[in-house]
Amino acid sequence: MSAFVPGRHAGKSIVVTGGARGIGLAYAQRLVAEGARVVLGDIREEDGRAAVAALGSAARFVSCDVTKKAEVDALMAEAMRAHGRLDVCIANAGVVSHSPFLETTEEEWDRVMAINVKGVLLTGQAAARAMIETRKRLSDWKGGAIVNIASVNAVVVQHGAVPYPVSKGAVHLLTRSMAIHLADHKIRVVAIGPGPTKTAMEAAVLADPAKRRIREIRTALRRMAEPEEVAAVASFLASEEASYITGQTLFVDGGRLVLNYMMPE
Amino acid sequence: MRLKDKVAVVTGAARGIGFACAKLFAEEGAKVVLGDVMTDIGPASAKAIDPSGQRAVFVKCDVGDPKDVQALIDTAVSKFGKLDICVANAGINRVKDFLDVTLDEWSEVIRVNLTGTFLTGQAAARQMAKQGTPGAIINMSSCNAVMAIPTITAYVASKGGINQLTRVMALSLAAKNIRVNAIGPGSISTDMVKVVAKDPSVRRAQMARTPLGRYGEPEEVARVALFLATEDSSYITGQTIYPDGGRLALNYTVPVKDDA
Amino acid sequence: MKLKDKVTVITGGATGIGLAYGRRFAKEGSAVVIADVREDAGSAAVKTLESAGARAAFFRCDVTKKVQVDALFEGALSRFGRVDCCIANAGVVHDSDFLDLEEKDFERVMDVNLKGVFLTGQAAARAMIATRGRIPDWKGGVIINISSTNAVVVQHGQVAYPVSKGGVNLLTKVMAISLADDGIRVVAIGPGPTRTEMLDNVIKNHPAFMKNVSLRTPLRRPAEVDEIAGVAAFLASEDAGYITGQTIYAEGGRLCLNYMMPERA
Repeated sequence: MSAFVPGRHAGKSIVVTGGARGIGLAYAQRLVAEGARVVLGDIREEDGRAAVAALGSAARFVSCDVTKKAEVDALMAEAMRAHGRLDVCIANAGVVSHSPFLETTEEEWDRVMAINVKGVLLTGQAAARAMIETRKRLSDWKGGAIVNIASVNAVVVQHGAVPYPVSKGAVHLLTRSMAIHLADHKIRVVAIGPGPTKTAMEAAVLADPAKRRIREIRTALRRMAEPEEVAAVASFLASEEASYITGQTLFVDGGRLVLNYMMPE
Repeated sequence: MRLKDKVAVVTGAARGIGFACAKLFAEEGAKVVLGDVMTDIGPASAKAIDPSGQRAVFVKCDVGDPKDVQALIDTAVSKFGKLDICVANAGINRVKDFLDVTLDEWSEVIRVNLTGTFLTGQAAARQMAKQGTPGAIINMSSCNAVMAIPTITAYVASKGGINQLTRVMALSLAAKNIRVNAIGPGSISTDMVKVVAKDPSVRRAQMARTPLGRYGEPEEVARVALFLATEDSSYITGQTIYPDGGRLALNYTVPVKDDA
Repeated sequence: MKLKDKVTVITGGATGIGLAYGRRFAKEGSAVVIADVREDAGSAAVKTLESAGARAAFFRCDVTKKVQVDALFEGALSRFGRVDCCIANAGVVHDSDFLDLEEKDFERVMDVNLKGVFLTGQAAARAMIATRGRIPDWKGGVIINISSTNAVVVQHGQVAYPVSKGGVNLLTKVMAISLADDGIRVVAIGPGPTRTEMLDNVIKNHPAFMKNVSLRTPLRRPAEVDEIAGVAAFLASEDAGYITGQTIYAEGGRLCLNYMMPERA
C-alpha cells in the first residue's frame, strides 16, 4: 500500500464531507497523517464523533446535511473559524441507489440527485467562497483544490442501477464547469472515479461469491480497491504535485474501463 | 438511391464489413471500386454486386503500398470519372500475448491498419481536393479504439491511432469540404468472428458484454457508413460512431441467453 | 420513407430544432405528436405539419410533471394506437457564474433538462412496451435524448446546463442497458450551436459570437436545424439498429480541436 508523504499537507485546512466512515474516513486518515487539520462533515453523528476521537486533535466533526445550504455554509465557516483558512475540500458525501429503470420512483430520483449533485454544488460554492477569503488573508497562499467524488459509474452503467450513475455523470460535468469558473481564483477542481471499493457499503457484495466474482472478472487487477488506494490518489490530486491538473476525472478502477470482454478465467 | 451518381472506393472489400459497404453503396446508386489483397475472392465479390462489371470493379490493393493505393484511386477516376466517398476499411489482426509479440508482427498490423488508413485517406483526399467537390472519408476503427483486449496488442494500438488520425484529417480537410469520420464496431458477425465464436466460452464472453444480446451484422455497420457518406451527416466530422450493441455503456455484464 | 406508419412523440417540439425533428420525421412517414408548454406554438406546429400531409397532434405537457408526461403518452397511444419513437428534446438554458448560481435556478434546470428526460423516458418506454404487445411484428422502439457538446466541454457563465447534459448522457446509457431486452434502443444527440430563432437573436446581439464559432468550429459555422434533424432520422431508423447507449455529436468538428482554427482574413 502506498506510503504517506510526510508533511505533504502540513499546515493545510481540509474539509471532507461524508467523512465519518468508508472512503471518506480513509481520505481524512491519510490527510491527517500527511500533516493536515481536517473537519469532517456528515449526517452520521455517532460515526463522526468516533472518527474524530480516533483521529486525534487534528480533526473535528460538524453535523452536516449537504442538501441544506445553511448547514454546508456552517461547515465551511467552522473550518475558517478553527483554522483561519481553507485549502482543500473533498466533496465525498453521496448515496448509492440502484433500482430498475422503470421502477425508479420520482421521490428516489429527487433524493439521490439532491444529495449527489446539488450537495456537491452547494459544497463547492461554500468551499470556493472560503478559499477566496483565504487567498485574501494569506499573501503566499498556494491555491486551493476541490476534489469531487465521481465513479466509474460516471462512464459505464449497470443493469437496473438508476439514478446513481446519472448523478455521477452530472458530477463529472460539474467538476469541469467548476474548474473553468474557479481557475481565476487559484482553485483547481478535479474528481476521482473509483471502481468498486471494499467498504461497509460493499459488504453485501463481498459476502456473495457470485457478485464478487463478476466484479473481479471485470477488473484487470482482479480485485476491488482498498479505501487507502483511493485515498492515495485523492491526496495526490489535492497537493501541489497536481498543480497543472484541473477539470479532469481520474479513474481509480483497477483497469475496469479499458477492459473489453472479461479477464480470462 | 441516396448515393445516386456518386463514386466510392472501399478497401478490404472482398468480404465482411468492406463487402457489405460496397454492396450497400451500389444498391443506393453509387459506382464502387473494391480494393483488397484477396485476389482469389475479390473479383467474384465485385461480380456479385454487379455481374455486368459496369458499376463495380475489383482492383488488387495492398493498402500499405502507396503505389497500390494510388492505383485504386486512379481506377475510380479513369473508370468512373471522379471520387466522392472513401471507406478505409482494410485491416488485419494478430492474436498473441503482449510479451510474446514480435516486432515483425507488430509492424505488419500497424502497416496495414494504421499506415494503410493514412495512405488511403491521403490519396483519396488529394483527388477530392483536386476535384474541388465535397467528399466523405470513413475510417474503420473499432470499440477496441477505446477499450482493449490484452491478446491483440497491435490491433488495439492501431485502432486508437485511427481515431486520432480521423480527428486530424477532419481538421485538416474541413476547409476543403471533406468530412472525415470513423466507425467503431463491436462484435460483428463476419467470417473472422464466426470462427472464433464457435468456441462457446468465447461467444459467452462476447455476449455477456453486449446488451443487445446478439452479434451485429456487417450490413448494420454498412448502414452507418451510408449515413456518414450522405448529407444527413453534414454537420458531423471528426467523430467515431460505435455500433456496438451497447457494449461501451456497460459496466459488469448482462445475462447471456443460452441459445444455439 | 424510413419511418412509415410509425408514431413519434417529441417533447419541446413546437419550435426550433424540436419542430425540425417533427418536419423531418413527418417526411419519413411518421405521425408526429408534439408536446410543449407553449400551446399557441404547439397548435401552429401541428398546422404546419398537417399542411404538409402529415398526421399530427399537440398535447400540452410540462415534462417536470409526471402526471402530465404519463398523460401525454397515454394520449399518444390512444390517438394513434402505438408509440415507436420518442425525442426527449424539451430543455432550458440558464446563464450564471458558478458562485452566483442560486439553488432554485439549479434545481429548475435539472428538473426540466434531466428529470424531465427521466420521466419522459419511463413513460415512453411503457408506451413502447404496450405497443410491442399490440403489434405482432413490431420492429422495436427508439428513444432519442437531446444532449449537447456541453455534455463534454464547458463554457464560462453556464453551470446548470452542462451539468444537466452530463446527466443526460449517463441516463441515456442506463436506459439503453435497461431497455435492451424490451426491444428499445436509447441514444442521444449532442448538437453544437444550431441556427434557431433563439440563436439568431444571440448572433444579432453579440457581434463576437460568430467569430467565436468560427475559431472553435472546423466547419466554421453553426448547424442548420435540418442537419440535426437528419441525424435524428438516422438514429430512429433501422440503419442505426446496432447502436445503443451512444451519444452522437453533430458539432462541426469542435470536439477534435485543440487550440483554435486559424484566424481568417
